[in-house]
Amino acid sequence: MTLVNLLLVAAAVFAIGVYGVLARRHAIGVLLSVELMFNAVNLAIVAISWSKGLLAGVVLVLFGIAITVAEIAVGLALVLLASRVRKSVILDDLSELKG
Amino acid sequence: MRDLAFFALAGCLLAAAFAVVTAKSLFRAAFALSGALVTTAGFYLLLSAPLLAAVQILLYTGGVLTLVVFALVVAGANTEGARWRRPIPAALTSLAVFAVLAVSARKLLAGAPVGGLESGKDVGLLLFHDYLVPFELLSVLLLGAVFGALLLARKDRPE
Repeated sequence: MTLVNLLLVAAAVFAIGVYGVLARRHAIGVLLSVELMFNAVNLAIVAISWSKGLLAGVVLVLFGIAITVAEIAVGLALVLLASRVRKSVILDDLSELKG
Repeated sequence: MRDLAFFALAGCLLAAAFAVVTAKSLFRAAFALSGALVTTAGFYLLLSAPLLAAVQILLYTGGVLTLVVFALVVAGANTEGARWRRPIPAALTSLAVFAVLAVSARKLLAGAPVGGLESGKDVGLLLFHDYLVPFELLSVLLLGAVFGALLLARKDRPE
């Protein structure tokens, strides 16, 4: 278990998350993929702080987790609002702002 | 032993991540995500950050899974017809992102030291001493998020 191996795993999970964000059509599916990417970044931060012996990375990830939970709460509230007002949560149907 | 655990966890994490983006049912994707989050908690244990593993499972996995399943029940997991949007360009972009990250990790951090973390008490000291102001700001942020989510999702909105 080396730092580079850990970072490769994190990079792979991040890339899978990128695929999900680009390819999913359902808004909640996109949110799930965003969570996956966020998780990969957390793993990379903890791996680097483990390698350097710094605890600040752990504190950073603690803050990050709390902020993500807030983010997903607001994101899901937006999805519920879209499903009620627009009767759809498929992202292709919500494209009025596109120029 | 450590290496064995590492490879087992890495396999589980990648499989769960793959299931999150490819599962047909979004309920399955949500549970695969919770699997990925729990596996990440295993990584945190392996990296000697047990506090973080506990927070990850209790707060993150529990909270996110509950919220997502609730939203799926209310908003509907129905994806109607074509489920994927431009899968091949998306896969190419994702491969390019992976290549950039992997090459830079190899170039920049090969031969980095393998350290270790002392934990528990020191995390608490750091959190409530050095990072006290961000910690309090975080509580304000969470309050704002709760009010924002309630305001957005409530039914009777005054025009």
